[in-house]
Amino acid sequence: MQLSRYIVKRILLAIVSIFAIVTITFFLMNLMPGDPFMSEKATEESRQKLIEKYGLDQPIYIQYEKYLKNLVKGDMGTSYVLQKGREVRTIIFESFSVSMKLGIRALILAVIAGITLGCIAGLTKDRLPDGLVRIFSSIGISMPSYVVAAILMIVLAVSLNILPLNYNKPGGWIMPMLTLATYPTCYLTRLTRASILEVMNQDYLRTERAKGMSEFVVVFVHALKNSLIPVITYLGPLTASILTGGFVAESVFSVPGLGRYFVSSISGRDYTMIMGITIFYSTLIVIMNLVCDILYKIVDPRISFE
Amino acid sequence: MKISALSMQNKISPDDFTPLGSDFFGEESLNTEEVGYWKASWQRLKANKIAMFALVIIVVLMFFAFIGPMLSPYTYDQQVRGDEGMWPCLKHPFGTDRIGRDLLVRCMIGTRISMLVGIVSAVIVMIVGSIYGSISGLIGGKVDIAMMRLVDIVYSIPEILLIVVIKMIISEPLDTLINTVPAFYGLRRIGSGLIAIFLVYGCLYWVGMARIVRGQILQLKNLEYVTAANALGCSRGRMIREHLLPNCIGQLIATVMLQIPSAIFTEAFLSYIGIGVAAPMASLGSLTSEALNGINSNPYRVVFPAILISLIILSFNLFGDGLRDALDPKMKK
Repeated sequence: MQLSRYIVKRILLAIVSIFAIVTITFFLMNLMPGDPFMSEKATEESRQKLIEKYGLDQPIYIQYEKYLKNLVKGDMGTSYVLQKGREVRTIIFESFSVSMKLGIRALILAVIAGITLGCIAGLTKDRLPDGLVRIFSSIGISMPSYVVAAILMIVLAVSLNILPLNYNKPGGWIMPMLTLATYPTCYLTRLTRASILEVMNQDYLRTERAKGMSEFVVVFVHALKNSLIPVITYLGPLTASILTGGFVAESVFSVPGLGRYFVSSISGRDYTMIMGITIFYSTLIVIMNLVCDILYKIVDPRISFE
Repeated sequence: MKISALSMQNKISPDDFTPLGSDFFGEESLNTEEVGYWKASWQRLKANKIAMFALVIIVVLMFFAFIGPMLSPYTYDQQVRGDEGMWPCLKHPFGTDRIGRDLLVRCMIGTRISMLVGIVSAVIVMIVGSIYGSISGLIGGKVDIAMMRLVDIVYSIPEILLIVVIKMIISEPLDTLINTVPAFYGLRRIGSGLIAIFLVYGCLYWVGMARIVRGQILQLKNLEYVTAANALGCSRGRMIREHLLPNCIGQLIATVMLQIPSAIFTEAFLSYIGIGVAAPMASLGSLTSEALNGINSNPYRVVFPAILISLIILSFNLFGDGLRDALDPKMKK
């Protein structure tokens, strides 16, 4: 009963958040000085025609109403600048599939590497492996993604010349994936380590050892299962971090994904694209957070509902 | 008094009740001084070698960023003729860029921007967040519920995307504002780009802080000494100033310190994608992004800004961790 009330509350909150995001982005975009056709070498007359065609001369609340109605139908308008006349929806779907392929690889790498390293560090507390892992993870969470990208480029592409800089060449996805995975891997490592250390002191593990269970079973069956619960909560922010990391990684390695489109639509002032991508990404992140929070409550009933 | 042979009672004699005398515990234990909260925290912090080392690095970087440019013979936007695209040498220890600007002084300015953004944003977040959080926590009831709903909503909005959008929009109006209205002339030295970043931070990042402060206030509100102060007729202002704030300031400072690296991260990201500080101004993000374009021919140009930004974030992270452990030993893991 309590759980279902919690879920309903969270879903309502998520809907309000998404609505708030749509509204804020829409009005902010309209506050932006100038219009998207300012840079065009067109006569005043044809500019007026374009503005009329896209309905930019109507009062703002009518435009807002129209945008909301279209959005509910999944229509986000057409791109004004970057790929003139193409639907934002199509561009997002096309390029997001590229980003998603890369993102999922990075996510899997981060989860596997992060949990493994975290376990190694947690189980060898204050010994050499722990120290090494802690040093590397501290450095890793302190590097912005473009620094990671720069290091990878200098080491793997320029000096050793073993990986191509271009995304389309074979193996070209490896460097962007590593760039995306670095921060979440290091964060997960620290999280898992702290969580393992906390669980290892619990009474029920002492009981199991006293009952004569092998250390292997104690650690890998009982301790690990409980220490991975907090990791679930990080999966939402992890998705967000991989998505936003994609802005940098994709532009550096010229991956034709959504992150690169976002950056170039910012420099090109392509309002509908910026709006579409912001709303799409935000919704994705809000939903991921929602799913993780609910999952967390289901997996660990001890968590209170307030 | 006659005691039964089977009695379990302890046998007591009047000797047990004579005073022990002051020398009973010896010199050592009677000399323990009372150690206050700040002193104890400072001792804990001093014992943490990593945090102290990070503090030293932060101080060195401060000198590098704020004193360094004064000692340099060049300015950040000065184009030295004939020195275009030089490798690191005695004249230009970090080399020069494509149009002959000294990269050492540009890195110093970039470090200054990162530091300023980190520290000022953290202060803004602390002020906005603690005012909002303490009002919400103290008033309670329906006001609290409404205020916390707003926090929930802002919290669930992915801020990095909105920051990009807000930053793009307020930059230009802000620019005209500080260049046309005389009252804002003083802000011109900071530049509209930086002010926009501060505003964005003030708008979005305060929610985490507000939650923490509210939680602390709610916890403290139920403690006996607060009830006692209430019973003695303590006014609300005095309650906040003298009783509530001093008791949660430690955790506030620790949280704020950990906010600094995240602010620096965001600034680096914004200037990397080209919407940070405006053009001739240098930022570590924009320096790296310029350098990455010519990575095949001049890889060394990436090295210095990349190392500097990582070093800044690393030292603030390590110092923040140490400070948190020192100020709030309960949170230590």
